[in-house]
Amino acid sequence: MTYEIVIAGFGGQGVMLMGQLLTYAGMIEDKHVSWIPSYGPEMRGGTANCSVIISDEQIGNPIASEPTIVVAMNLPSLDKFEPLLKTNGTLLINSSLIEKKASRKDIQVYSIAANEIASDIGNPKVANMVVLGALIAATKIVKRESLLKAFAKLFEKKQISGLLEINETAIYRGAEGIAV
Amino acid sequence: MSEKIIMKGNEAIGEAAIVAGCRHYFGYPITPQTELTEYMAKKLPLVNGVFLQAESEVAAINMVYGAAGTGARVMTSSSSPGISLKQEGISYIAGAELPCVIVNMMRGGPGLGSIQPSQADYFQATKGGGHGDYRNIVLAPNSVQELVDFTILAFDLADQYRNPVFVLGDGALGQMMEPLEFKPLEVKSVEKPWAANGLGTRKTPNVINSLYLKPEQLEAHNVKLQKKYQLITENEIRWEEQNTQDADLVIVAYGITSRIATSAMQMARADGLKVGMLRPQTLWPFPCEPLNNLADKASAFLTVELSAGQMVEDVKLSVNGKKPVYFYGRTGGMIPNPKEIYQEIKKIYGMKEAK
Repeated sequence: MTYEIVIAGFGGQGVMLMGQLLTYAGMIEDKHVSWIPSYGPEMRGGTANCSVIISDEQIGNPIASEPTIVVAMNLPSLDKFEPLLKTNGTLLINSSLIEKKASRKDIQVYSIAANEIASDIGNPKVANMVVLGALIAATKIVKRESLLKAFAKLFEKKQISGLLEINETAIYRGAEGIAV
Repeated sequence: MSEKIIMKGNEAIGEAAIVAGCRHYFGYPITPQTELTEYMAKKLPLVNGVFLQAESEVAAINMVYGAAGTGARVMTSSSSPGISLKQEGISYIAGAELPCVIVNMMRGGPGLGSIQPSQADYFQATKGGGHGDYRNIVLAPNSVQELVDFTILAFDLADQYRNPVFVLGDGALGQMMEPLEFKPLEVKSVEKPWAANGLGTRKTPNVINSLYLKPEQLEAHNVKLQKKYQLITENEIRWEEQNTQDADLVIVAYGITSRIATSAMQMARADGLKVGMLRPQTLWPFPCEPLNNLADKASAFLTVELSAGQMVEDVKLSVNGKKPVYFYGRTGGMIPNPKEIYQEIKKIYGMKEAK
């Protein structure tokens, strides 16, 4: 099994971190993994995306040119990456910021009101973790425990009380709040 | 057992250099390799090393010249336009036979070009971008793990042959993250009796120089250098083959392009086409003989590069007219997808374009 994932949004939404957490979680599960950002002379508010490959086999091309999963955090990302999805692929839309519906019929579409849920939890910054929770609930790419372990690992040096807990809550709420 | 960790390519090179005993780094930031400069700035002071951001690339490479002359393990890194600026210094270092490691995370050119991945500095790295008859050893990793392994190897080869060694990567390799591990390593401490590090017990001072005003002397020096290059060619060619046993068509690609070409090869194999791949891990010395041997069995070669066609010249020289050598390349920071490469494979097979 090979997951080719594109996570896209605007700068500041935490799309790079989402990709890195998935990559780490995949490694924890002994999968082959790679992460690559589309980098450019970009700025805050500009578009940002990264490719994550999680596979049972050795990874060739690290760039997801025909993704099996697309996470669209904002409208330009939906417009850009929906057409690239493989047939029967999975599209996850952040419905807090995207009113438009997916146009393709040959893919599985989920939506999550990430920003509302994040505000409800008490920190709008965890919207990306809400989406990640929804993503793994919908696709089972990695286990929730692996994602939490990855989070703990990546943030082990950050001594902020309650950081892990609020992100854990976000992941749970994301899984609950997913809509087909 | 070492634990697997995930690092960005550029940072992995920095850590590998420190593990290999590098304690001197001189450089100037440039995208897409700045994370490496940044990593060294952060980490070298913690191991009593010297990090210095020079005022320019020209200054940085001459600091490398100085540090290498004292026998220190030293590195610089940059990306294409910055590497161009360093060429004079590299020629001096090669002429004075000093060991050093130079990292080039290539970006689109010519000129200021772009900041996206490219492989268009192949000629510059392998044919001697500076003046004079000299060679750099050029290593071409294709994963973050190989960035680590080849950086460590680069320091050993540099010391062993007293020669500049390039780690030739590209923007994509520098920016990507993959799992890697540091295998237990004993840093070889190499005797450097030639180093200009004080008289010690010697009677005469060591002089580091590349100036020979008498032509007889300079020719003798050149003959000596060529002998060394011959020795390197005999001993240090590295490459990897996949599916070449029964291959009709052999793809030749290095670095990030070899990763994409691997995916294209798998697509072709899934459709029953006997496609294999030879991936040079050293670009100089180049795996001429392995390619020439493959030319006895395979019916054609396809070189894929992020350039307008540079390594393909060495592939043609290696195949030496035995079989046709085709080329496919993208430039300017564009990266082909596996389907695109598969189309080229199908074209060579004379088949209809892939779906």
